[in-house]
Amino acid sequence: MDSALIVHRLHFAFTATFHYLFPQLTMGLAPLIVILKTLALRRNDETYNQAARFWARIFGINFVLGVVTGIPMEFQFGTNWSHFSRFAGGVIGQTLAMEGMFAFFLESAFLGLFLYGEKRLSPRMHWWSAVAVFLGSWISGYFIIATNAWMQYPVGYERAADGSVQLSSFWALVLNPWAWWQYAHNMSGSVITGAFVMASIGAFYLLWGKYVDHGRIFVKTGVIAGCIFSILQVFPTGDGQGKMVARHQPATLAAMEALFTSQPGAPLIIIGQPNAEEKTIDNPLYVPKMLSMLTYRRWEARVQGLDSFPQEDWPTNIPLLYYSYHIMVGLGTIFIAISVVAVLLLWRNKLFQARWMLWILLLCLPFPYIANTAGWMTAELGRQPWLVYGLMRTLDGYSKTVSAGNGMFTLLGFMGIYLVLGILFLFLVRREIERGPVSEAGGGH
Amino acid sequence: METLWFCIVAVMVAAYVVLDGFDLGAGVIYLFAAKGTPERRMILRAIGPVWDGNEVWLLAAGGTLYFAFPQLYASSFSGFYLPLMMVLWLLMLRAIGIEFRTHMENPVWQGFFDVVFSVSSALLAIFFGAALGNVIRGVPLRADGYFFEPLWTDFRVGTNNGILDWYTVLAGVVALVTLTAHGALYVAVKTENELNRRARRTALALWPVQVLLTVLSLAATCWIRPQVLDNYREHSIGMLVPLVVTGSLIVMFWAGRKGLEKAAFLGSCFYIVGMLVGAAFALYPVVLPASTDPSYSLTIYNSAAGRHGLIVGLSWWIIGIVLTLGYFVFIYRMFRGKVKLEDAGY
Repeated sequence: MDSALIVHRLHFAFTATFHYLFPQLTMGLAPLIVILKTLALRRNDETYNQAARFWARIFGINFVLGVVTGIPMEFQFGTNWSHFSRFAGGVIGQTLAMEGMFAFFLESAFLGLFLYGEKRLSPRMHWWSAVAVFLGSWISGYFIIATNAWMQYPVGYERAADGSVQLSSFWALVLNPWAWWQYAHNMSGSVITGAFVMASIGAFYLLWGKYVDHGRIFVKTGVIAGCIFSILQVFPTGDGQGKMVARHQPATLAAMEALFTSQPGAPLIIIGQPNAEEKTIDNPLYVPKMLSMLTYRRWEARVQGLDSFPQEDWPTNIPLLYYSYHIMVGLGTIFIAISVVAVLLLWRNKLFQARWMLWILLLCLPFPYIANTAGWMTAELGRQPWLVYGLMRTLDGYSKTVSAGNGMFTLLGFMGIYLVLGILFLFLVRREIERGPVSEAGGGH
Repeated sequence: METLWFCIVAVMVAAYVVLDGFDLGAGVIYLFAAKGTPERRMILRAIGPVWDGNEVWLLAAGGTLYFAFPQLYASSFSGFYLPLMMVLWLLMLRAIGIEFRTHMENPVWQGFFDVVFSVSSALLAIFFGAALGNVIRGVPLRADGYFFEPLWTDFRVGTNNGILDWYTVLAGVVALVTLTAHGALYVAVKTENELNRRARRTALALWPVQVLLTVLSLAATCWIRPQVLDNYREHSIGMLVPLVVTGSLIVMFWAGRKGLEKAAFLGSCFYIVGMLVGAAFALYPVVLPASTDPSYSLTIYNSAAGRHGLIVGLSWWIIGIVLTLGYFVFIYRMFRGKVKLEDAGY
């Protein structure tokens, strides 16, 4: 394989993966902060306001990192993927430009008010600024998903004389059915991150025995939201997304499940290592006929394996795709189990005394991040070898004028800067957690 | 339709330079005009609630450029690969300089981020000027519409261009001086006492340099690319540009002397808009001139997106810009007046 191609793919993959650590939390926290602010207004309870302010500070740090690591994403369409941009800019330029006009301006304008304007605004206006930030971040999410959805399942375009694609139907692009499922699945995933992070910090305070009132609010809000959205993550959103893949990217589905041969009554592999050389699964643990049932709602339905497709159209990294998908699904299942048990304990008024459960919630912190990252890896590796599914191969999309050496130079530069950003981020968030929700002092957010 | 989108992108770029320009300029004077933490916090407060919104104009202008002229976006972004990546790194450093400084009341921590913020602001101003210089001078476009420029070659203006040569370095210096004065005038509008006086003095001291550089850069531009005068010869409306530029320079001097801070700042806004409109007017309909063969130049016609997309885009763009102007008026009114240190914030 061409080494410049690998450098450009790694460049985007690395910057996108690091970037998405921050928006998934801000998008997930935003509605939860609105809920806390609403409760504060309704109950006229200062504890809820302190809770909202604490999460606003965490939100602020994450937001800054989300913005600064997000700008390179838009740039890289032109810098590293210029042949793709020339080919598809006439279509996806629409959604990317709309993101700037409708989401970024809204978000950035009201974020300042939300973070620093509490004293200048009435409580009701401050609530509205929180809602505006929430809307801005979720609208932004939609336009990005619509862009990605078009690359997964291109619609509303026509071929121009010069070989590029141009918009033919705006509404087909914006209302792409793939985008709706992907958006629902993705946003639900980000609320899971927000909810589990909130519950985790709450559990930390309860176990520590400090800021107990706030800790309870965090745990309660976190596990309820976590429970609702963990279930929504599987059904209907995960199921709907899966059906989209089965219908429009059958080769991807086969690779995700590591189903090398087509068969009726296909099994669902739970654990096992795909052996791409031998085209088998090593050490498989599987549920017979389950894949047929999940995909087509019939036990004996025939599922297409990879052998039904020409090898040049197979995803290029089948084991990584298979693991990403299985890690995502496995963690999603564990999230349901944990949050359902936590909600039952809450309902029985036993949650805040159940230290074992608080420990589990505390230690859950990294896993929603892993699950969301694995989910995106499934989507992006699954789309290979295509950059735009069925229309343009990844091989044809990168900037031919930017050599592997130049790409490597900036990739290393990003790695260095992101390492520093990551360390600063952990340091600042740790300080905020230690400072707790009560102290209002301190020059910062 | 292509001409309309050319104007829209030009207006958005101008809005970006005027708005983010003042917070970049405030960053440049930050280290030497503001003595001690209270004054530095005044500057951060003056730009704190708005800098992120201002920077979004860069993203929105970039997104609009991508949407309206995908071929130009693809070609210029890959061709200017190295400097653009450096711009990204500087934008990141600058953002964390502003936002993370206040998280710890430690002189070492704050001193570090002060320098990060100020130096990255100054370098960004130079980079943006050099970028504009590259676009006016032309780039080594090939027949397939792509190019790749190294950072520098022999610093001469010819066909073997680097990003930096004497002309683009001059453009970078013009941008640095212009935005420094612009930022100083903004700081003067937003602050009182000693800091206000120092900011005003900085702007006044820069004024003769700015006039000299304006004349010098115009002469250099006419010398390396005589074609820039064609549009001015054919359409006499273009003569408004030098009028606006001269007029605003006079206003900046007169208002600066009289202590009319807002008028001086407005003068600087008009100066920047005048210079940018002048450049856009001179280039039109070319958007990226080729230094190799003029027929390889990218124009608004050979780099635009499909007509249907451009027409559809106009309807959402109008809605978007009306909303955006609404937010900006609201935010700037909310944080109007001189900054006070008692409020919450930076």
